Amino acid sequence: MSDLVTDNLNMVFDLPDGSSVHALKDVTFTLRKGEILSVLGPSGCGKTTLLNIVAGFLHPTGGSIKLGGSVIEKPGVDRGMVFQQGALFEWLTVADNVNFGLRMKNADKADTKQKVEEWLDIVGLQGFGETPTYQLSGGMQQRVALARCLINDPDLILMDEPLGALDALTREKMQSLVLKIWKETGKTIMIITHSVEEALLLGERLFVMAPRPGRLHKQYRLPFAEMGLHGDPREIKNEEDFVQTREEILAMIWNMEEEIMGKVEAA
Amino acid sequence: MFVAILYIVLVIVLVWSIVHGRKVIRTERTDAVFGNPIRTQGGYHWVACGVSSLMLVWFTFSWDAGRAFFPNAANELCQVAKLNRALNPVRSAFPLDNRHLLGTRILKRDLHQIELLSEQLGEMGLAETDREKISALISDLRQTLVLQASTEYMAPGIMGRFQDVAARIKQLARDIQSEDFPGPADETRLAEALAQPGWGESSTEIPVLPKTERGRIFDAAAEIMTGITADYSEIRNDGPDLTGRIEDIRQSIEELEAIAVQQEHKDILSDIEKISKRIDDFRVFPTQVTQGIEASLILLEQAMQDRQGSLRFIDAWALPGGNILAGNNACSEQGSGRWLPKPSDTLATFIWMADPGQGYKGFPLFWYKMKPVSEMVDFIVPDWIADLIPGEYGHHDEQGDIDYGFKDSIYNFATGDFDSFSVPVPTGHIWDSILRVLAGLFLGILLGVPLGLFMGLSRFAKGYFDPLVELYRPVPPLAWAPLILTIFGIQDDGKIFLLFMVAFAIMVISARTGATGTQLSKIHAAHSLGASNRQIIQQVILPNSLPEILTGIRISIGVCWGTLVAAEMLAGTTGIGFVENVARKQSDYEIIWMTIIVMGVLGLLFDLIMRFVIDRTIPWRGKG
Ligand SMILES: Nc1ncnc2c1ncn2[C@@H]1O[C@H](COP(=O)(O)OP(=O)(O)O)[C@@H](O)[C@H]1O
Ligand SMILES: [Mg+2]
Repeated sequence: MSDLVTDNLNMVFDLPDGSSVHALKDVTFTLRKGEILSVLGPSGCGKTTLLNIVAGFLHPTGGSIKLGGSVIEKPGVDRGMVFQQGALFEWLTVADNVNFGLRMKNADKADTKQKVEEWLDIVGLQGFGETPTYQLSGGMQQRVALARCLINDPDLILMDEPLGALDALTREKMQSLVLKIWKETGKTIMIITHSVEEALLLGERLFVMAPRPGRLHKQYRLPFAEMGLHGDPREIKNEEDFVQTREEILAMIWNMEEEIMGKVEAA
Repeated sequence: MFVAILYIVLVIVLVWSIVHGRKVIRTERTDAVFGNPIRTQGGYHWVACGVSSLMLVWFTFSWDAGRAFFPNAANELCQVAKLNRALNPVRSAFPLDNRHLLGTRILKRDLHQIELLSEQLGEMGLAETDREKISALISDLRQTLVLQASTEYMAPGIMGRFQDVAARIKQLARDIQSEDFPGPADETRLAEALAQPGWGESSTEIPVLPKTERGRIFDAAAEIMTGITADYSEIRNDGPDLTGRIEDIRQSIEELEAIAVQQEHKDILSDIEKISKRIDDFRVFPTQVTQGIEASLILLEQAMQDRQGSLRFIDAWALPGGNILAGNNACSEQGSGRWLPKPSDTLATFIWMADPGQGYKGFPLFWYKMKPVSEMVDFIVPDWIADLIPGEYGHHDEQGDIDYGFKDSIYNFATGDFDSFSVPVPTGHIWDSILRVLAGLFLGILLGVPLGLFMGLSRFAKGYFDPLVELYRPVPPLAWAPLILTIFGIQDDGKIFLLFMVAFAIMVISARTGATGTQLSKIHAAHSLGASNRQIIQQVILPNSLPEILTGIRISIGVCWGTLVAAEMLAGTTGIGFVENVARKQSDYEIIWMTIIVMGVLGLLFDLIMRFVIDRTIPWRGKG
């Protein structure tokens, strides 16, 4: 089974000046295949570090991490990435961005072409194949990034604040798209965000992380993602349950931020 | 004719572009914000304005426009210059050009010298008797000098001779103004004058014989004036009194020299003798006797100005920044008309030299020649290839027949020893320069870009190669030139290597900047899309560095071009810089000017091509 299993992950960065940053401390969790997880926390609590470890860009200084039973050692096509700023190859057209992964392994041309069409369809960019990417709006760029990552058929999709730079309206549409993709493909998704609403709405599971050292502070299991598959997200946001959890988490993060400020001032 | 039309067109374009530009400014004034970079876009009328004003300055100050509109002006001004030249010795003796009379200047100078002598004498340790004798001598000298200014000692007949000169000048002034001066033209002389090549058509530059009626006036006047000046120059204030005094002084000097022992004693005597020889010229006259000449000179000047009429305005407006001077038997352009070659002449020189049969120093400017392919094969394929083929070269047998084998055929191929068709190969000074730049640039890109990318990706490469590149790069390329040209030869090899060095450093630095500037997230994305390290370099880092690399190429071309021309001026036998260098040694301004323009235009062309390529290949620049 391709579950993501971490055991006591630790990440300590040694800084050039001799001091060190404890970015992750004793992070243990299991993410089952097909689950969607959102990670929330104040800035600097180690969310990106965690994601980079899962992606294989960083090696943890302690603990272990396995995907489907094998240890993650380096980046691979089984884990797709979506970044905040598209990280698209702006010298390529939309289609060439999307088929990048397939081109890297010299896949069959006709097959590739067909897959690109399919995925552009799914993310709502039909007919944009030959458009240069730099001409697209931010929302469209993120759609390209999604398609580019999905066409490789990864087991796990990692997103680092993918919707952070979008305006509210585009953001709502993209949230629905993410849910739709989750439902239709049944992929495991790990999504980092700094918007509490987004985390509640998208996360079947939700981790709230705390800083210094970065650690899992609280875990939730939420019904809203499942509900979002069928219902109207705006109505869900008004549900009593939703509002209550949101206030609770907001207060939690607020306190953490206060604490950091206090520490900084004391120092 | 053509130049005149072009000039008028340029004036029209200039006026139109300014009017149009002002209109554009007026229409956009409402939303025009200072500092908005959009405001630099478009504005091609200002390009027209800039080009036309530049061309107008060139046409005007090179006198090309003047020549086009007033083809006879130079010939006429030449006649005026002849008269001025004849007049000059007389004129310069009077306070017309100078502040003082010639006599006043001589008095002032010689009195000062005599003063110095007596001061010198006071400081010398001579015996009392010697000192007194020399002192008396000096005061005699001063006396003789000063007495020239007095009417009492004036040479006899001087008064009359001066009055005669004054009267003749006055007569000349009157003649010039009269309608029937200088009388009917001499047919043969006129025919000869009209047969002269026009202004700038021959190496004489300006036709010297008068072609026009107005020119003949000044030519004839110049002849008369030459006679008057000769007579004037012979007048000396050498009356018997003064000559006697100088005689006495000479005598005393000789006597004193005979008994002088000390060196400084001899020196001061020889100084006194020098001054006495100068006074011997007798060019100082009592002021009142020359006044008549000054007055008639002023009349003559007046007459000359009247008679020149419009010619004076032509001189000022159509031939600005200089004038025409007469020499012994030729007239020449002076000032900007001389060192600023005329556009039409420059173009003519260019066309003349562009003829492949003509060229420069026996080599065309840009042309082609047919070269057999075998020669190129010989150059490219190394001969030792044949040695690698198994087997042996043929030997001769007892009949003297040689059994050539496959190995021999390969050897013949490698040495270019076979019949082949010919292909056109560019040849010529301009081509040579361009090909050198392109070769140096090509090598620089070929080696510089990979190294730059490598340095942008590897700590080892950055550390290891940084000192190498950064140490040689800041040295101006020309400082390397003597060394490189000695090692690699002054022909193509040395120059191409020099240009390679220039391009290489720039390409390394720009490729490196491009590689370091790649966003980490792009590389992360490529990694998780399954790209290998090699694919990441080719597919992500290289295209991502393309803007920097292309900018680097654009800069390299400019710097290479500048370096090449300078290197060609240092050494070599072909190339545009070589042409300029030879022309410089021969002071051939037209060719110098032509080469400068060719270099400028080619440089501009290179840059335009690069700009076009940049716009085409990296439209995403600044939008990523
Ligand atoms: N490469 C690194 N070197 C040193 N410190 C790092 C590095 N990456 C992250 N950190 C530190 O680790 C902590 C967590 O960073 P990060 O994971 O980026 O936080 P988040 O994504 O939650 O805002 C921060 O204090 C940050 O300064
Ligand atoms: Mg982060």
